[in-house]
Amino acid sequence: MGRSLKKGPFVDEKLLTKVNKQVAAGSHEPIKTWARKCTIVPEFVGYTFLVHNGKIFNKVFITEDMVGHKLGEFSPTRIFKGHSSKKIK
Amino acid sequence: MPRIVGVDIPNDKSIWIAMTYIAGIGKNTSEKILREAGIDKTLKANKLTEDDLSKITQIIDRNYLVEGQLRRQVSQNIARLRDIGCYRGVRHRKGLPVRGQQTQSNARTRKGPRKTVAGKKGVKEAHG
Repeated sequence: MGRSLKKGPFVDEKLLTKVNKQVAAGSHEPIKTWARKCTIVPEFVGYTFLVHNGKIFNKVFITEDMVGHKLGEFSPTRIFKGHSSKKIK
Repeated sequence: MPRIVGVDIPNDKSIWIAMTYIAGIGKNTSEKILREAGIDKTLKANKLTEDDLSKITQIIDRNYLVEGQLRRQVSQNIARLRDIGCYRGVRHRKGLPVRGQQTQSNARTRKGPRKTVAGKKGVKEAHG
């Protein structure tokens, strides 16, 4: 079920202040974050985030198309490298 | 046989059923359109007058996305998901279920025919 429009998108406030600080400073340093549930808002476009996946931080560069998705969608939590080939023996 | 929005040539069924042969129009939309146009929905499709047809075409053009345009939009939406590399896009790329369904068993619609792995435990019992 979708989120009620009344509330607006969920944005992690700490993360937003960090972004705003970067905007003010004019820098584009990657921002480390654990806030996978944070919605990507237009302010984030053009910045790089290091999104935690439970183990490591994945680099995510935000483009315009990503607005409206959550940060966690771009940092997969599972690894599947494929089944081993049978010719190992 | 009448033509509505380009290529569609529904047969001599009731008009509201015939219209569901257009991609993007189901029974519900079909009924709505006919109500707006003021046409009896049980009328056979080949009994429609030119006037009726143009009315229907007009309503569809104005309010609904159908056929090629609709298909294009759907594939564009999927292409967008693929491009941005989000979880749903990755699932589309891999041909696996996109909406969190289980894949240990089933999910055959997305995964296609079973690819049996020789020597895998339990294969003989399961597929005999």
